[in-house]
Parts: sequence; structure tokens; C-alpha cells
Amino acid sequence: MSGFTLDDLRTVMRECVGVDESVDLAGDIGDVAFAELGYDSLAVLELASQVQRTWGVPLTDTPALEARTPGAFVAYVNDNLTEAGR
Amino acid sequence: MRGDRAVVTGIGVVAPGAVGREPFWELLTAGRTATRRITCFDPSAFRSRIAAEVDFDPYAAGLTSQQVRRMDRAAQFAVVSTREAVADSGLELPAADPGRVAVSLGSAVGCTVGLEEEYRVLSDDGRHWLVDHTYGVPHLYGYMVPSTLAVEVAHEVAAEGPVALVSTGCTSGLDSIGHGARLIEEGTADVVVAGATDAPLSPITSACFDAIQATSPNNDDPEHASRPFDARRDGFVLGEGAAVLVLEAASAARARGARMYAEIAGFASRSNAFHMTGLKPDGREMAEAIDTALRRARRDPSAVDYVNAHGSGTRQNDRHETAAFKRSLGDRAYRVPVSSIKSMIGHSLGAIGSLEVAACALALRAQVVPPTANLRHRDAECDLDYVPLTAREHRMDTVLSVGSGFGGFQSAAVLTRAGT
Amino acid sequence: MGPSGTAVVTGIGVIAPTGMGTDAHWQAVLAGKPGIGRISRFDPSGYPVRLAGEVPGFVAREALPGRLVPQTDRWTHLALWAARAALDDAGVDPAALPEYAMAVVTSSSSGGTEFGQHEMERLYRKGPSWVGAYQSIAWFYAATTGQISIRHGMRGPCGVLATEQAGGLDAIGQARRVLRDEAELVVTGGTDASLCPYGLTAQLATGRLSTVEDAARAYLPFDVDASGYVPGEGGAILVLRDAAAVPPGAGYGVVAGYAAGFDPPPGSDRPRVLRRTLERALADAGCAPSDVDVVFADGLAVPAEDLAEARAISEVFGPGGVPVTVPKTLTGRLYGGGSALDAATALLALREGVVPPTAGTSRLAPGCDLDLVTGAPRRSAPRTAVVLARGHGGFASALVLRAVRGRDADGRGTTGVTEER
Repeated sequence: MSGFTLDDLRTVMRECVGVDESVDLAGDIGDVAFAELGYDSLAVLELASQVQRTWGVPLTDTPALEARTPGAFVAYVNDNLTEAGR
Repeated sequence: MRGDRAVVTGIGVVAPGAVGREPFWELLTAGRTATRRITCFDPSAFRSRIAAEVDFDPYAAGLTSQQVRRMDRAAQFAVVSTREAVADSGLELPAADPGRVAVSLGSAVGCTVGLEEEYRVLSDDGRHWLVDHTYGVPHLYGYMVPSTLAVEVAHEVAAEGPVALVSTGCTSGLDSIGHGARLIEEGTADVVVAGATDAPLSPITSACFDAIQATSPNNDDPEHASRPFDARRDGFVLGEGAAVLVLEAASAARARGARMYAEIAGFASRSNAFHMTGLKPDGREMAEAIDTALRRARRDPSAVDYVNAHGSGTRQNDRHETAAFKRSLGDRAYRVPVSSIKSMIGHSLGAIGSLEVAACALALRAQVVPPTANLRHRDAECDLDYVPLTAREHRMDTVLSVGSGFGGFQSAAVLTRAGT
Repeated sequence: MGPSGTAVVTGIGVIAPTGMGTDAHWQAVLAGKPGIGRISRFDPSGYPVRLAGEVPGFVAREALPGRLVPQTDRWTHLALWAARAALDDAGVDPAALPEYAMAVVTSSSSGGTEFGQHEMERLYRKGPSWVGAYQSIAWFYAATTGQISIRHGMRGPCGVLATEQAGGLDAIGQARRVLRDEAELVVTGGTDASLCPYGLTAQLATGRLSTVEDAARAYLPFDVDASGYVPGEGGAILVLRDAAAVPPGAGYGVVAGYAAGFDPPPGSDRPRVLRRTLERALADAGCAPSDVDVVFADGLAVPAEDLAEARAISEVFGPGGVPVTVPKTLTGRLYGGGSALDAATALLALREGVVPPTAGTSRLAPGCDLDLVTGAPRRSAPRTAVVLARGHGGFASALVLRAVRGRDADGRGTTGVTEER
């Protein structure tokens, strides 16, 4: 199973959750807080829900909210991918 | 404005574990919980599989076959509660002048069950975006517009004054009573049937609260899953039900010798303009609503004898609310009993605000504070007197009931013993 | 805290089948340019009703912040756009006003119907975990008020009323209460957007939608050929201020009177309530029937309902005693947004001194003894307008609006339009 990348997350952010005009998702956003990018808790849950659907990753109940940045979110998804692969 | 205050002269309740006002009060004071594994649909595919359900037989409750066919469950709850409230008030309806009778009914999600069940049929379980209109039932439009709930209640009491469905999410039931009291204070109505109803228990409701992880996943221990203010609380437990009050102008109620449970002495609402679901930890807007409601009631914070909390049992709500009480009531916050009946009957969205006001009115009558059930582990951030587990006899003249809802709504009502 | 007790409408934002923006709407209304056409939001060919009033040219992703679009329904998108337009029109910077002195009160008829249909489809096709996080905040009736309050930082007593098509007037009436009690500014009105397959199917159940296929003949209130109404989307958002907060003479008009009532239950022999509601609204405005220059009628285009409304109007004003118009014949009925748009159109009529016409209706049905304004606008310099609305199930509301500008000694309005009456 191939991993989940920051670009995959960017696609979900653009297509499903929306982007504010002032935000450049193409930039180096891995360590920028979701809040600074205009994504609140509900948006992060929606991202998790979208990834769960489109990637078929059964995300554990460890709150996705603990991922404060896109980088942490990608790591969180990959942890779940690994779990699912076992 | 005539300036006459609204008093509560009748109460009707349909609640989880208790259909009827007196069974409701008995359940609350016994500290019994009505939360259980969901039975009204198969919950096994959901994150949260528990709810506080009403065991309700519409025929036994007095509805006719056509009413049962026509009315969504939320409307059934509302009409049955209305009948009990009107009978309790001793008012004769239709009134001599039906134009002076108004309805202010709250509901957060309207006829969800009817809408979802009919959607399943029309779309053949989601197969068709272009749903098949030939399967439409005659009352389908009545499900789509939540105003139908107010229509049914208005017909029940033959109201010809202002009739409205108030829908401000989870503060609907508090706001509808505030709105009803305002109609009396401004002299538009002599009698207002005010309350709220919600019957949200359905797959779509469970799925949407699952998606935001707002409901408790404590599926192994449903009876103890609703744990407001407890350190181990992990979300709210969905509920359903209705409460309807008969409100009258105090002078008219006194003149006809009506029994008065309480006066709606003050009401206020504010919005946090912050987030559709999120709450700022400081409780600022709720505190502002409380301050304003107390000012309108001409009561000092030190006069508050009991606080009926929103107490939903989510991590952020209970913290937010505790901060709001401290901010508005000062030292009094630490000395006044605070409790959440959601610990027993769950969170019935828009209906709960009216159920809580009904509980406040009954508490004033009995001079007993209902407890917060399931509160066993102290949370450092929730350090007030939440009346854990057991009801408490307590002298009360002035009680405060608050609510907080999606959309940022924050509301507060002050009830006093009538004539105090 | 509402020192004058008088509510002035200082801003209007229209988003309707007649156009995006107040000017586009008003020009279409004067020109009788219809906004009704074949439904384009889905394929309506399998349904007995294929016509509707759709908002032309509204693309949410272009008109609203990117993060707002996916989290809410089209009904709220339309309202967010209109609220911003109304605030701009009023020249208000919400950041400069006290946060608790601003409130939002909107009407909702059926919530986020299209959003809800999508999520229910996911639930039943794929399973519970496919329902998104935004379902919890998009479908419910309070979504629009909540989102407007957040976007503009309005922390006063916000509200939502659901009384179907009467909701727009009830929201304005409630907004006036809030102004009198404590606020300086209230954003009010309503929108609706239930033109999805499930929404249309639910509306079909009333049996009151017109199945006539000719867009020019489908919605003909008070006409001998009245055949029901055409549904539509959109509405209007208004900014109400306390008169003490605005310069004298500013604004479109004053909310001078309001009343709401409800019909007796089925089977009752008591008279229906519209007439009494209209009389109460006039009394509230301190106005005699002869002071009223135009009535914007509800105009359901269901024959029995038209007759009932025409009789109520005639009983109060005398047969043919007041000019009556139904400009919503150009848009269809917009449910939660419908009577708010009527109020907006009435305010524009007062400001411009013109009664816009009713499109389509050409032969009055027997018993409808109305002076119905048809064909061309009537330049009668109206100073006082009444808006009537009825909602499914028995709701009835009436609003009295009065022009703010003075009238000179010749009886001419100050808008430059000469009276022709």
C-alpha cells in the first residue's frame, strides 16, 4: 500500500474543505498550524472523514484533532494505514 | 408595553423514561438515568450507539389514527405535551378570544424522522438522486417545513394569535419560552403555549454527530454514559422529547385563581459569533446573557438559588459553562447548586431547553434540586457544586436556566416563585 | 438601546431569480423581466413541475470565502451574499459598532435541503462514516443566522423563525422587537433554496404547484386561470437600524406596523385571520386604510386562497379601494425568502415612488375585486405600503412600511416622480 502524502492532503483540502483566498496551499505548509491556514476543528474532522472515505482508511478513534499541522495529519493517516495493513 | 410578566400555569412533558409531568419529576429527583442502547434503529454501524429514548405509544397517549399517520414523532410529542399542559392549567380552550392565544414552539431539527424515512423510500435507499415523486406521501411537505410542529399545536389549542416555530439549534427550547414571555409582556397575547419538541433519533442524526465526535462512544455502559462535569465525560448522549408550558399574564392568572408554578422573570440571549460548534473557554457571551437576564429580572447574582446548567457532557461545554457561571455570578457561583438533567434524560437538542425550564418550575414547586447523575470523578476545571447523584432539598426563590447551541447561541432565563 | 423605538431599513441585499443585487432586481421588476424558467439545477423532466425561479449567475465559490462554501448549504450561501450586500448598502462597518448591539434574525422555511439530500444519499449508499462533519451545521434551520452572526461579529440576541412563506415578515417583526429592546442594528429577512429533487418532491405533495409549462402562464395569482404557483429560490436580507442611529431622512423606509395571526383549526366555523391581522398591523402603525397607497399581496394563485385574500383586502379597503400588486409573479414563491423579498420590493417602490406591476395576470377571477396593477409600473408616488404573507398551515402576517422622505406642499414626493393618481 502506498503512503499518504502532503500532496494528497492538499488535494483533499482544496476539493472538499475549501481554501481561503489568502492561503497558499502550495507552499511549505507541513509545519504550519491548521488554525493559521484557516482550518478549524470541524474542518480537520471533515478532512479526516474525507480521507477515511476516499482512501478507505479506517481511522482509529484517536482524535484526528490531535494533529495540529498538515505534517502531523499526514503522519497520523500513515500510522492508520500501517495499522490497517497488518 | 403593558409590562405584565408571564407566569407558568401549566406544564406538559414527554421525556425519556417518563411520559407525563409527574413521572418526569419523579425520575429526576430519583436520579434515574434513561439512557440505553438505541432500539429505534440498528445502531451497530455507528460510533455512538446509545441514546435516551422515549417509550411512547401515540395511541395510548390519545392520538387518533389520522394524527399518527400525519404527524412526525416530534409533532406527536408536542401535541401530547400540549394537552397535558392545558389540562394542568385549568384554562378553557378555545378561548373566548382565540386571537389572544399564541404559540411559540421550539425545535432544532423539526421532522427529521419523517424526512429521513420518506427519503429512504423516495430514493430507494439512496439509489436515486432524482427521487421518485410518485412515492411521496401526502404529508411530505409537512415534514420538510418545521413550522408544521407549531401548526399542530396551534390547531390543538385553537390559537389565532401569533404562531411561530423558533429554531435556534439547541437553545430553541429556551428561546421559544423567552419569545412567548415577550408576547405576553408586550401585550400581544394573554395566553402563550410555549415549549419545544425534538425527535432526532435516526441514522442521519447519529451519523452527523459521529462525524464530529460530539456524542459519547461509551457504548458498554449506556446507563452511565451521560456524565456532565465528570472528569471522564466523553460527549453528550442524544435524547428526544418535548415540554410545553402554558404562559399567562400574571394579573390574569391571579384573577382566575390559577396555580402559578413560576414567573418568567427575565430572559436574554447572545451569540458568540465565534464558531458554529466551538466555544471560547472564557464563557463570555453566556455570561453576558446571564447578566442581562438577571438585570431584566431585577435580581442580583447573589439572589440566584439554583442553576440548571446546559451541562451537555462534552469536554468543552462543561468547561465553558463553568467559566461563564464564575464570570457572571462571581463568588455566588461557588455557593449555588448547579445541576444538569441531561445526565438522566440525555440531550434532546432543541427540546431540552423547555424540559429544563419545566424542571426548574417543578423544582421551585417542590423546593428540591434535581441532581447531576453519574458525576463521580472530580474535574479540576469543573469545580462548582454540581449536586452529584442525589437530589437535594433546598430553599429557592430564584433559579437560572441556561443553554448553549450550535450556531453560537447562548441563552439564559430567570424563573422566580410567582409573587416573590 | 433602541432610543427612538422606530426601525428604519437602511440597507437591502437582494438575491433572487430577478437578479443578484438590488438594482438588478428593481430593474427587472420595473421591466417585468421574468426570472422563471426550466429548472437547471437537476434534470426535472421526470417531474410534473419543471419550472422554477432560479438565481441567475450565482457561483458560490466565486462569491464567498473558499472555506465557507463547503460547510454550508446553498440557502445559506445566498443569505451570506445578501447580508454582505445589505451591510454594504447600509454603509455599515460592523467592526465599528458595539458587538452586543448587533443581532441577526432570519426566517427559514426548510433549512439546507439540498445539502441534507446529499448527506442522506451518502448514508444510505455507503454507510454512516460517509456522512461529513458539516452535516451537523449545514442542514439545521439556524445555519444561516449562525453563519451571518459569525461572519460579521454580531453578538446580540440572534434568532430564527420558521413560519413557511410568512417567515420573512415575521423575522422583520421580530427584528423590530429586538431593536426596541436592546439592539442598534439587526440583520434580518430570509432566503430559501430547496430546488433539489427531494425539495421539489416535498413541495409537490401540497398539490399547490402549477403544472402549466408556459413560464409566462404558470403563476397567475387572482387570475381566472390561476393554476397554483411556481417555486423559486433566493430572497432578501435587510439592515434595520434604530432611527436615532441614522441621519433624518436616511434609509428606504420605516417598519411602521406589524401583526401576525393564525387561521382557526380545520372544521372551525370561525372566519380566517388575514383580515384581522391586516387590521391589527394598520392599528399598530397608527394608520387608517385610506392612508395605504399599495398592497403587496401574498397571491398564492390557488383559486380559493386568492378569493379569500381578495375578500380580506376588499373588506378593509373597499372593493378596488387600493392598488394591489404581486411582483413575485416574476420570481415564483421563495418560501423562507419570499415575503422578505416582497418587503424589499415594497421599500424600493416607496423610495422610487413607483408601484411595480404584477406579471401575467390579465383577467381577474370572479370575486377578486381588486385594483391589481398590471402591465406597466404605476407612478403613483406611494408613501405607505402593506405587505401580506401567508404560510402553509395557516400562518398570516402583515407589515406596514412607510417612506422616510418628506413630501412637499404640492403633494409630490421628493423622488422627482410626479403623481398620476
